[in-house]
Amino acid sequence: MALTQGPGRFITSERLGVLVLLIIAYGIIPTLGGSYLFDAILTPFLALSLAALGLNILTGYAGQVSLGSAAFLAIGAFAAFNFNLRVPGLPFAGSIVLAGLTAALIGIFFGLPSLRLKGFYLAVSTLAAQFFVQWALTKFSWFSNNNPSGVIDAPALTLAGTAFTGPVGRYLFSLTIVVLITFASTRLIRSQTGRNFIAVRDHETAARVIGVPVLATKLTAFGISSFIIGVAGVLWAFAYLRTVETAGFNIDRSFQILFIIIIGGLASLRGAFFGAAFIVVFPLLLSRLGGALFGGVFDSGVLEMSQRIGIGALIILFLILEPRGLAALLDRIWDWIRPRRVTA
Amino acid sequence: MTRKQGLPLMVFDYQFFIEVLVGGLLSGIMYSLVALGFVLIYKTSGVLNFAQGSMLLFAALTFVSLEERGVPFALALAATLAVMVALGIAIERMVLRPLVNQPPITLFMATLGLSYVIEGAAQLVWGTQVHGLDLGIEDRPFEVHGVLISQFDLFAATVAGSLVALFSLFFRYTRIGLAFRAVADDQYAALAVGLKLPRVWAIVWTAAGVVALVAGLLWGARLGVQFSLSLVVLKALPVLVLGGFDSIAGAIIGGLLIGAIEKLSEVYVGPWFGGGIESWAAYVVALGFLLVRPAGLFGQKLVERA
Repeated sequence: MALTQGPGRFITSERLGVLVLLIIAYGIIPTLGGSYLFDAILTPFLALSLAALGLNILTGYAGQVSLGSAAFLAIGAFAAFNFNLRVPGLPFAGSIVLAGLTAALIGIFFGLPSLRLKGFYLAVSTLAAQFFVQWALTKFSWFSNNNPSGVIDAPALTLAGTAFTGPVGRYLFSLTIVVLITFASTRLIRSQTGRNFIAVRDHETAARVIGVPVLATKLTAFGISSFIIGVAGVLWAFAYLRTVETAGFNIDRSFQILFIIIIGGLASLRGAFFGAAFIVVFPLLLSRLGGALFGGVFDSGVLEMSQRIGIGALIILFLILEPRGLAALLDRIWDWIRPRRVTA
Repeated sequence: MTRKQGLPLMVFDYQFFIEVLVGGLLSGIMYSLVALGFVLIYKTSGVLNFAQGSMLLFAALTFVSLEERGVPFALALAATLAVMVALGIAIERMVLRPLVNQPPITLFMATLGLSYVIEGAAQLVWGTQVHGLDLGIEDRPFEVHGVLISQFDLFAATVAGSLVALFSLFFRYTRIGLAFRAVADDQYAALAVGLKLPRVWAIVWTAAGVVALVAGLLWGARLGVQFSLSLVVLKALPVLVLGGFDSIAGAIIGGLLIGAIEKLSEVYVGPWFGGGIESWAAYVVALGFLLVRPAGLFGQKLVERA
């Protein structure tokens, strides 16, 4: 007990928990299940988690609401495709980083209105990114290498000389990237920059008074968030869909990512994962449940609509009952069931 | 675009310009109609109601489905109106009241969720197929000084105009209108003098529902009643940004401007980009404008600007 308690120890209960999670994710999960588990559940879960993580840094921590996340997913995916195609000899890891940087640059550009605008006005202005990027990517066929169908097969995934093939390989590839970025994000949140984000979110004027560079902080938040969402876009297109196309990066996707962080918990890195898990699993549960209860009446149309209603209602419920989302909810449950030492 | 081919670049076709401009202005009025619903709610409760588009879809879908089942026009209209009133009251009870005193952006996200619920419910009940809607207005273009004007657009513009006049008078001269303005001005002061906020909100949401019905019928007659009808909300947002979220006049002027800019830029600027710039041109214009005047054309000065 003594080894895992108290500050200043190398092994804290938190670190132990992360270690256990990593062992499960790398050691145990790849041995179970068929390709359905990986291709249809785990890989999209990881990509969405990463996108939500990126948006949470911008919206949850820095307080800037964005409705254009899907645009940055698209930028990431298309940038990675083009770097991979047009720069010979560039390792795939290089393409990913460059794709993230491209998304970051464009993100900073579309973040410029945040210097003047707040709240709804800013949220509306991020829609401009959504529509413009979607238009540009479909309009200029150079981005999709003049492919007539607009649907491009994604190249194989290789990281440091290892090719990741098959459902498990793609899962491990995504997992590795998600783990790396999540660790970097936990560091970021606890750094001066992360504290600046929160200061700007909570009270801009107060932040300015104590010397936080508000404008630079906002743009940094846009840049970092777009970088992460761009990398998530690479995972979404290359590891999950295995095609690069604009169709999936529409405004519904942007809303979905926003919903993930509302349900999971704003300003919580864990929340992004909880929310993404929920969003991925919810339709599957609903279709099983609906099929069991109503049989044939519960067709795909009914499923889609009841899914919309369910998600929408949950958003409202979470905002009313638990604005800090699943992360806070699970924390409370854990507090309630965890083993407690009896104190005299 | 075929008209431009063969013309030397310097010759400016005024008649064509006017025709595009008028078409843009008339379609802009349709945007204003959607924006009006937003403004009503924003003015009195400080909420950007993203669900306005889905309310529009819900109203149009309910009306069309009733009519297709043989309900006469007037009865279908009355029934839809009743449904919209019930919806307005339900929203106030179940969404707004529990979220009172929350930050505006939380309420905005709640209306995002609400729009999903309403869209889902509308299509779950009435199905997802496209319905044609005939309001009995002939859409025969007529000519004024060589400029073709759509009769339907003119009708829509008249409806929108009278609706705006009606709301302006209502806000100015009735007791409830006065209450609306009081609530918009200062919620605490309004509470202190005994105004019942829940009732005011219920009425406002009902009014927005009525506007949604009118807009839904006109847009539905234009585009067909289907899911994409709820996307006109995205067309109305730049209008709001340009006109200011809390100004009825702004919604109208903003709508006219956006409509005109959209059509003109599509025709005169679009070809340089390969066309299709309608989807974002309005946003870019609204944004550029916003950087100069953050409160929009007619909006009240925002306290919270960076």
